[in-house]
Amino acid sequence: MDNSIVSALIVLSAIGVLAAIILYFIAQKFKVIEDPKIDDVDEALPGANCGGCGYAGCRAFAESMVKAGTMEGFFCPVGGNDLMKSLAPILGVEAPEKAPQIAVLRCNGSVKNSIPKFEYDGDMTCSFTTSLTAGTGGCQFGCLGGGECVDACDFDAMYMDPETNLPVVKVNCVACNACVEACPRDILELRNRGPKEKRIFVACINAEKGPLSKQNCTVSCIGCKACVKVCNFDAIDVNNFLAYINYEACTLCRKCVEVCPTNAIHEISFKPRKPKADKKEKEEVRLVVK
Amino acid sequence: MKLKTFNIGGIHPPEHKLSASAAIQDAPLPKVAVVPLSQHLGAPAKVKVKRGEMVKVGTLLAKGEAFISANIHSPVSGKVAKIEPRVDSSGFRRESVVIEVQGDEWNEDIDTSNDIIKDIKLEKKDILQRIHDCGIVGLGGATFPSHVKYMIPEGRSVEFLIINGVECEPYITSDDQLMLEKGEEMMVGIRVMMKAAGVEKAIIGVENNKPKAIEHLRKIADQYQGISVEPLKVQYPQGGEKQLIDALIKRQIPAGKLPSDVGCVVNNVGTAFAIYEAVQKNKPLVERIVTVTGKTVKKPSNFKVRLGTPISDLLPLAECDMENTGKVINGGPMMGKALVALNAAVTKGTSAVLLIKKEESKRVTVQNCIRCGKCMSVCPMGLEPYLLSVIARQGENERCETERIMDCIECGSCVYTCPSGRPLLDNIRLGKANTGFMIRTRGRK
Repeated sequence: MDNSIVSALIVLSAIGVLAAIILYFIAQKFKVIEDPKIDDVDEALPGANCGGCGYAGCRAFAESMVKAGTMEGFFCPVGGNDLMKSLAPILGVEAPEKAPQIAVLRCNGSVKNSIPKFEYDGDMTCSFTTSLTAGTGGCQFGCLGGGECVDACDFDAMYMDPETNLPVVKVNCVACNACVEACPRDILELRNRGPKEKRIFVACINAEKGPLSKQNCTVSCIGCKACVKVCNFDAIDVNNFLAYINYEACTLCRKCVEVCPTNAIHEISFKPRKPKADKKEKEEVRLVVK
Repeated sequence: MKLKTFNIGGIHPPEHKLSASAAIQDAPLPKVAVVPLSQHLGAPAKVKVKRGEMVKVGTLLAKGEAFISANIHSPVSGKVAKIEPRVDSSGFRRESVVIEVQGDEWNEDIDTSNDIIKDIKLEKKDILQRIHDCGIVGLGGATFPSHVKYMIPEGRSVEFLIINGVECEPYITSDDQLMLEKGEEMMVGIRVMMKAAGVEKAIIGVENNKPKAIEHLRKIADQYQGISVEPLKVQYPQGGEKQLIDALIKRQIPAGKLPSDVGCVVNNVGTAFAIYEAVQKNKPLVERIVTVTGKTVKKPSNFKVRLGTPISDLLPLAECDMENTGKVINGGPMMGKALVALNAAVTKGTSAVLLIKKEESKRVTVQNCIRCGKCMSVCPMGLEPYLLSVIARQGENERCETERIMDCIECGSCVYTCPSGRPLLDNIRLGKANTGFMIRTRGRK
């Protein structure tokens, strides 16, 4: 065997061993001790990195939560209560419970309800359109139909309805808040899903006086306060000629839906009402029974 | 002799100055005048009148109390019917004073005679105060409050007053006619402005496609000390502040700086006339010249219009064929914005109403960028519009800032020249808004 090969082998192995020893000591010196719980939590999280929890991603959420040592103030909307319960044993604390939420479109200014007064052929991005014009229907609060919220949704939970030109939120919404932040007009809102997906909300955010908002849209809230009068639970506030239903106080009695003169209050997932018989008819029925 | 012009970029769209020889006519008074409280750049003015109050022409309706704001005066006489939000040219409702017109009574202290008063009696400080009180704003289109321009910071001296008579936008002729008919008054106005700014030299820049105006101004400029008239090569956007300074005195304004940093104050010819009326005749800004023009207009004309007149009132005066009109634009074809409602009022910034034919009003189909670089070669600010458009769309605000998106003057040369019909300026405007927001909120975090 050639001498040079032997010497090369020896020298290289020596360098290798030396480097390994140095690296070992450096690694010991600068060791980062990470809580193994972080990995456990991160593993259990959905890994969507949607930012719905308020942190930069799932890992950041796990790190902050483990560091805080409590689950108070931490909530992953994608996993919901089930996930939070499963995380509780890892941290050894009680899991907070939150009512599941869903994004709600507070505008019903479809092409039929808010008839376009002119043609708009410019850039269709909502944030650009709103800097140029109030919208083809004339309402400066309502949906522009540009679909920036749909683009922002990472969960395929929204789509644009071609008939109404309004976005629709599907049941698989995880309430990550991305669409709410994307909308330049703050039309979308996260609200409690309610029992069996039953929800009541005001589908309008027009803060103008009634006669003005009615000029542009047939289903706008005119601030008449009929709903406030009929509500027994103090769940409705009217500010700036606009009603807002507090979803925590609302008992879903549907009285306000009936009295709203412009049908601005929407009910979702309720069974259709039984047609109410008139008084006269009732009396007639009684007579027949006798 | 080679005519002066600015150095980089620029385009030459067809001029279409249809109303060039139309003398200025007085438009009839409106029945109801709608005066928006925000007709200028800066904070809206605060209302000073009440519902039911009787006002005369020149009565103060609203006071501009913020630093950058302007007073608003009643353009008509009559009764304040309502103070409510009214639809403006973009479709948004903005707080306005609605006045039912009765007769035409002027405030007593306004000199309404036609005599030209050449003596400038007021001192520098009083001139500035008068400009402020009379609510004068830049009438070239940007409506920047004029008194702010003359508040030159301590330790900075101004050498030149530059008067913008360029009118580089196609179709518009309001400044051209004003120079022809009110040249003498304008010159006095310029002398007033020179006194206010404390300068010895004033240059009026006029594009060479207005030979009559140049000749007329040159004739009378001899009688006024320090005023010269400079013909310029026809090129868009020469009317931009930075471009005009570059064209006339070969000085370039650094990014984010003002004309006073290179020793200039720039004002429009319309503003010069308004300042003459304000200082010499105590007349607030209550009317302006509006060109009504376009290919579907039978009688393209220049009107002297009271502010607050609905634009729809002007259209029949010029015999507009609304059947074949697809778009009505507030301003010129390059920088104007399409009107959303025809009943929007004429404001201090309305220099023209342009009607576009139905066939020409549609946007062209957008095709892919072919990297021809035409947008770069025409950009008067030396930017890269194709790049800005893409990064603005992607929301890369930091990169937009380093690529100098805030320098864009929104002249639209890039869109005009793009062979693929790409909406470059739309995207850049979006990026400018987002980047500007990022820069403004940076200090707060």
